[in-house]
Amino acid sequence: MTFSYYPGCTLKTKAKDLDRYGRKAAEALGVTLEELPDWQCCGGTFSMSKDEIASKLSAVRSLASAKDKGNDLVTLCSACHNVLKQTNDAMKNDPDFSAKANNYMKLDVPYNGETNVIHYLEMLRDRVGFDKIAEKVTNPLTGKKIAAYYGCLLLRPGKVMQMDNPENPTIIEDFIRAIGAEPVVYPYRNECCGGYVTMEDKALAKKKSNKVASSAAENGADMIITACPLCLYNLNKNADESDIPVYYFTELLAEALGVKD
Amino acid sequence: MSKVTKEQVLRSSGVNVLKCMRCGKCSATCPSYDEMEYHPHQFVYMVEKGDLEPLLNSDSIYKCLSCYACVERCPRGVEPAKVVEGIRNAVLRQSGMNHIKAENIPDMLDEDLPQQAIVSAFRKYKR
Amino acid sequence: MQRIGVFVCWCGSNIAATVDVEAVSEALKSEPGVVFSTNYQYMCSEAGQNMIKDAIKEHNLTGVVICSCSPRMHEATFRKTVQGAGINPYMVEIANIREQCSWIHKDKQTGTEKAIILGKAAIAKVHLNAPLTAGESPVVKRALVIGGGIAGIQTALDIAEAGFDVDIVETKPTIGGKMTQIDKTFPTLDCAACILTPKMVDCAQNEKIHIYSYSEVTAVKGFVGNFTVSIKKKARYVDTTKCTGCGVCTEKCPVKNVPNEFNLGMNNRRAIYIPFAQAVPKVATIDADYCNMLKNGKCGVCSKVCTAGAIDYKQQDEIIEEKYGAIVAATGFNPIKLDNFDEFAYSQSKDVITSLEFERLTNAAGPTSGQLLRPSDGKHPHTIVFVQCVGSRDTSGCGKPYCSKICCMYTAKHAMLTREKYPDTDVYVFYIDVRTPGKNFDEFYRRAVEDYNVHYIKGMVGKVAPRADGTLDVQASDLISNEQLHISADLVVLAAAIEPDKSARPLATMLTASMDTNDFFTEAHAKLRPVESPTAGVFLSGTCQGPKDIPETVSQASAAAAKVIGLLCKDKLTCNPCVAHSDEMLCNGCSSCEKVCPYGAITYSDKEFRMPDRTTAIRRVAAVNEAVCQGCGACTVACPSGAMDLKGFSNKQIMAEVDAICK
Repeated sequence: MTFSYYPGCTLKTKAKDLDRYGRKAAEALGVTLEELPDWQCCGGTFSMSKDEIASKLSAVRSLASAKDKGNDLVTLCSACHNVLKQTNDAMKNDPDFSAKANNYMKLDVPYNGETNVIHYLEMLRDRVGFDKIAEKVTNPLTGKKIAAYYGCLLLRPGKVMQMDNPENPTIIEDFIRAIGAEPVVYPYRNECCGGYVTMEDKALAKKKSNKVASSAAENGADMIITACPLCLYNLNKNADESDIPVYYFTELLAEALGVKD
Repeated sequence: MSKVTKEQVLRSSGVNVLKCMRCGKCSATCPSYDEMEYHPHQFVYMVEKGDLEPLLNSDSIYKCLSCYACVERCPRGVEPAKVVEGIRNAVLRQSGMNHIKAENIPDMLDEDLPQQAIVSAFRKYKR
Repeated sequence: MQRIGVFVCWCGSNIAATVDVEAVSEALKSEPGVVFSTNYQYMCSEAGQNMIKDAIKEHNLTGVVICSCSPRMHEATFRKTVQGAGINPYMVEIANIREQCSWIHKDKQTGTEKAIILGKAAIAKVHLNAPLTAGESPVVKRALVIGGGIAGIQTALDIAEAGFDVDIVETKPTIGGKMTQIDKTFPTLDCAACILTPKMVDCAQNEKIHIYSYSEVTAVKGFVGNFTVSIKKKARYVDTTKCTGCGVCTEKCPVKNVPNEFNLGMNNRRAIYIPFAQAVPKVATIDADYCNMLKNGKCGVCSKVCTAGAIDYKQQDEIIEEKYGAIVAATGFNPIKLDNFDEFAYSQSKDVITSLEFERLTNAAGPTSGQLLRPSDGKHPHTIVFVQCVGSRDTSGCGKPYCSKICCMYTAKHAMLTREKYPDTDVYVFYIDVRTPGKNFDEFYRRAVEDYNVHYIKGMVGKVAPRADGTLDVQASDLISNEQLHISADLVVLAAAIEPDKSARPLATMLTASMDTNDFFTEAHAKLRPVESPTAGVFLSGTCQGPKDIPETVSQASAAAAKVIGLLCKDKLTCNPCVAHSDEMLCNGCSSCEKVCPYGAITYSDKEFRMPDRTTAIRRVAAVNEAVCQGCGACTVACPSGAMDLKGFSNKQIMAEVDAICK
């Protein structure tokens, strides 16, 4: 099983663990992740303005490059996943945007959203299969009560992400079961941690992060897992009312598969 | 600031504000509600009325987390976050209206902050 | 050569505003065969009709073209008019210059040009019209009502009252429908069971009414006055003629964990059950999905305890065929599934319930014997939040675009009754609009606010978060005070949108009755024929036609019955003479027409034909039963040899119309 892989900037610097464990786990599962040689920063956030063209082009470039490789494109960071899927959707379904983007980029063959973008979790669920993962687990996390934190960017907007029920998702809970642990469902798992507002309004970011972390703790979770470096940062730094630990889901996957170090 | 028109905001956001049935579910679901002077449903209604000035001059445009909760839960498919973004971009595109400046970034950093936050903040707060 | 008169209608300004009617009547004057052409403000009025009659006499007209509204509106009117002046009614053609022209064009010049073309096409067709005579068909004096809720019950009782036989087919083991699950009815707060169950008993005791409970319609053939319907009587493994409804089996059955659908799964029943105490017919039914005896042959307790010997594990589904003159659809509604609304945590918390579940929680025959207790812990809730419009007025694709109509009133009822019985309970209702247009309805809602101090808050709930301590954090908008509220509630009640029962769509296919995009049955005319389907002989009763409350449902049920009675009173019906006809000389015996005919009107037989040189040959040819044919034209399209043609809509006539348009 071979996929093109889009790591994104943060995974090369502050979120190296998310990337490193993701690659090790994939290898253990017999999945080949081929890093796109010429990927560029996705832009961090998708502009909702229809007349923002230039700021979306770097994502289009990566998508077009993946099309040439011919494999589905796997992303790991929630934000990259969100930007790439939304940009791809706009290239496919917004003729005005795709015409302008293609015009600007002057590719040999115009790009019209042909690349299939999936999140690493979707790859685990739909291509590898959680049952297959469970079979390969050598070091099950038995007895651990884990709260899945989806945040906003993994699932929303639901019509574009098409990953799971945005209000009552199960993909990470099923993942948690596959690695032998017990999922903790709590109501704020799909509410925002504050995101980039931590740059501008620490108080707001603290309020939002605390709400998520305390909701998980209140429901008896030992730890929180996430796919997003910014969520991890906010829940670690800004959720100062609780000391519940936060991990990347790939770290636990690598641990369960016995390939952590 | 030069004149921003309703048509400009509607075109940029791609939102049909007339679809709103004034149920307030966007504001019911907004995680930044308490920090906002004008709330998501007011953005939609005030743009419909062409009452843009208060929105253009309000800090509320920097409080939206772009979390898509209002987009996901609106029963009419109005997508209020896109209206907020439309107003914010109309402000940022004016000269001298950047909300953060590059030289201030070092003070905001700590060693764990993922640069994804910086990139996003530049996208959201700066031309 | 025909002598044709052309009559262009203004329809007030409906046509005249976008079509130059003077120019149309002038232009059509010079068409071949046209000897008279005029225009008038309202052609369908008495004066307009007299104008047509006078012209027929004065100019010896043999054919008439009316340029007006859709033939669905006034074709019958004008046929009658010309008949009054001595012309065969099928010598009239309507050019629809309203729905298909003036209403859809803005530019008067374009509209006028198109109206002239449509007029020319109609004139070309009239040249080829031939007088037709309608035959007659008998009427079977028996009606079928599909669905045994309050709508079906009322329709059946009214038809029986008029002296006609009527059968009710109900899929559930008992009639009664949704109303049996409701506790009290607005705005008078009558006990629903007290006013419904006597009607159920009336149905059972009326010798004109036959109830097929636990049965389904599986096929419908025929046409108005003469339907043949297949009804599947599902095996209930109980001989209904022997069962006395004593209920001993339902107490002794060892399978105790079957979710009780009557209480919406909030408690359990046995594998053999009687839905509720006042069920009609009051007989037991075995649920084959749960019965040990039927699943693996190990049990037989019910058979042992039944003193009447009514249990029959070998019973099979049985299909019977009955003939009916009229069919009434009364298939009812269901609340929508709430899978698309998980922000309200319905699937995550037992204490988030639907309004219908709330009815069961307050009903004396419900799972809590009428005590309002939280499903999670059986404690009294002290703060209750009602959420209106859950899935109604929703164009996002998650819910239904329409207003479900009944929720505002039943929520006011729930809120008021809660405050009446439990004054220590705080009750909040979140609403977008309060819609109470009915007799004593708004007064009822205001009573909830003013006398019972129910907190009505203009705004929507955004999220319900179940907390570890068992409370529900309700995050909502208060649009009047411009605040975001957090209410710590013990119980949240969702007013889920209602939708037509899932059986409606396959039934509509069987009946060839039309539906709208929401799967509600369509009326023949939204204003003037609201209880009839466009398919002749099919009538509509209750919520299968659109959301409505009990008084409206009962009114419509009686109206549908009146229409059925009007039909069954007739001994003969005039048939449509525009039926198919096969030219035996051209027929190649391929059976294509027989295969596509939805009415079974075509039969084949071997016939002897004279051939050249005094020889004869036997050929297999098609024949149309004119009493059964409905003139749909499917056979004329399917026929490869051109043998099949439709009277009044012959291939030649249609080609003449096309030629006239393309000229």
